[in-house]
Amino acid sequence: MMIKRRIPIVLLGLSAALTTLGVPPAHADEHETEPVEPPKVELVLDVSGSMRAKDVGGRSRIAVAQEAFNDVVDALPETTDLGIRVLGATYGGDDKKLGCQDTQQLVPVGPVDRVKAKNAIATLRPTGFTPVGLALREAAKDLGTGETTRRIVLITDGEDTCAPPDPCEVARELAAQGTHLVVDTLGLIPDEKVRKQLVCIASATGGTYTSAQSKEDLTRRIKQIVERAKDTHTKTPAKVAGTDVCAKAPVLTPGVYTDRERFEEHRWYRIPVQPGQELRASVSIGLDRPLNRDYGVLLRATATDGRELVRGNDAGSGRTDVLSTGLRWSAAEDDEDEVEDDDKGGLFTDSTEKAPEPAVVCLVVSNSFSAKAGAGQAPGMPLELTIDLVDASPAPNSPGLGRGWVLLGVLILAGLLSGLIVGWLTRWWVAVWRTR
Amino acid sequence: MTMPKAPISARRAAVLLAAAGFAVALPAAASAETPTPSPGAATVNKAGTSFLTAAGISPGQPVRVGASVGDYLYWSFTAAAGDTHHVAATVSLPAAASRKGDSTWTVEVFDGLRRRQACVAGAQTPVASKSAATVELDCELRQVRSWAEPWSGDPLPGTYYVRLSGIELPEQELGLPIEVSLLVGVESDGDTEPEGGNLKEPLVPAVNPGKVLAGDPTASTPDPAAAGDEEDGWFDWVRWPSLSSRWYWTIGGGILAAVAGVVGFALTRPRQRVG
Repeated sequence: MMIKRRIPIVLLGLSAALTTLGVPPAHADEHETEPVEPPKVELVLDVSGSMRAKDVGGRSRIAVAQEAFNDVVDALPETTDLGIRVLGATYGGDDKKLGCQDTQQLVPVGPVDRVKAKNAIATLRPTGFTPVGLALREAAKDLGTGETTRRIVLITDGEDTCAPPDPCEVARELAAQGTHLVVDTLGLIPDEKVRKQLVCIASATGGTYTSAQSKEDLTRRIKQIVERAKDTHTKTPAKVAGTDVCAKAPVLTPGVYTDRERFEEHRWYRIPVQPGQELRASVSIGLDRPLNRDYGVLLRATATDGRELVRGNDAGSGRTDVLSTGLRWSAAEDDEDEVEDDDKGGLFTDSTEKAPEPAVVCLVVSNSFSAKAGAGQAPGMPLELTIDLVDASPAPNSPGLGRGWVLLGVLILAGLLSGLIVGWLTRWWVAVWRTR
Repeated sequence: MTMPKAPISARRAAVLLAAAGFAVALPAAASAETPTPSPGAATVNKAGTSFLTAAGISPGQPVRVGASVGDYLYWSFTAAAGDTHHVAATVSLPAAASRKGDSTWTVEVFDGLRRRQACVAGAQTPVASKSAATVELDCELRQVRSWAEPWSGDPLPGTYYVRLSGIELPEQELGLPIEVSLLVGVESDGDTEPEGGNLKEPLVPAVNPGKVLAGDPTASTPDPAAAGDEEDGWFDWVRWPSLSSRWYWTIGGGILAAVAGVVGFALTRPRQRVG
């Protein structure tokens, strides 16, 4: 009966223990970073002569694109700023020099007047050349600079006929300028050359490539990208330039940064870490150009004297978008004690007690990427660095205590046995005493 | 003195009780079943394209999204100590007529510091043959610890990222439409390792742009709160175990042992002959 009464106490204890385990942490709060700007997207449509081809279910490519655009304009979220730019729409002549300047903004980036936008789309007639590179540059200008991500959706059916500039180089150059620009590309019945070019543009900016074979493909994808622009437009990370030695490295505070790193380059950063704080850092390097198969990234934290504190690394092979790694570091408690002992030098004086200096931790990012023949060195590959400083989590200590059902069983058995032994001994002793 | 009868039944009861205790003691093995969507969970129709833009999902919430061959799709979910997650995904591939060869797919999981997490079970990188209509991916993660040394790569509470992508694809297939469905399942077990340890802040990454400080970092004023915690309290020489469920188990075990001792003692007592 007593046992039965005790069991609920144990259960009560268990449930109390479970509640101390804590509640799950919240998601990285998206509202916290609510940007003031609306999401900005520009659609760039190729209206060159090849769009006349009637091969999308028996209809011309331009007609399908126009219809898809109308659907997208209809379904556009209220908060999204949309612009439309065309290329090869006006110049019908043979002069390449003139034809390759042929790109106009049809609808300026801003809240969309649906009727006006649709009217503008309806007037488009396939005409001229395909100056993709120039159109991308102009589109980036249309979107302007601001604190959030910008998206360009490039829809084309033919390869660039105006290189140089090579559109892929233009994309990489735009991405390196610091404005967070993503180019999503859509190929309308693309051939091999178009596919290669569009894949190159997309991967240079962290965008996606889709091949559209039908009007449904095209509409669905553009809608998805426009939606995505709304869902995922985040504040652009701060731009920073790491140096080649720690002593001159930029001093970072918690937050997200971007930088560029070339092959075999080391980039250093400094972070002041207060005693009792934990440094958390992660780094991603984007694979924005054709690279050899195997690669790696290494993030090391060192003290100012070059002693390594901790490292994070990752390696891989094959196709991927970014390679990332991270690390945590906090000063070990023992280290602090040692430092204090050294300060005191054996004298028990309080005068040496002073506020502890923040430790400066150097972070260095290195990579083991190598370029395929023909892949350029400059600008470096995109690097994203996340720094966070939080309270350090000291090592737990729970020695001398046990848990689990086996422990309870063993304790109960031991208790029972000792009770029996003591009982028998008492009886034996009483019997002996009585016989006396 | 003859053997009393009542204690025999009491003894039997004690044996039964002990047996029952041991039956409960057998730990339930963590099952590696395919996760099922939780009832009433809304389907998520989006995916991010980078760590920063990963679409947030919660375990048990089904994901269904259209994408293109060659896309890198990101989702993020939140994990607490004691959770064991299981990521299962199905990719519906383009029609066999437009395919050019075998393709290899992968589902990778990263923690809040973008460190790769190991899959302990499941087909993480399956190969889809040219004629396959779908490919199934599967990854069971390790149990999330409540604490780990900064130098270790153990899974900790916080944000987790899932990335689904094709790692070896025929170049001609890039851009073709695919359909991806994904589900993260979770099994929670309050038994976390190491006992009593806890991470002060979950591994939730910073998302705001940072600020570069000008000047010498060592000149910045130290945090006064961090400076003054070197106080000598009473009994500081005793390393008190931190508050954890072990206290309750041990105290409960002690009480049960004492009760068992009294029962054992009572069993050996000759029956009182009343009247």
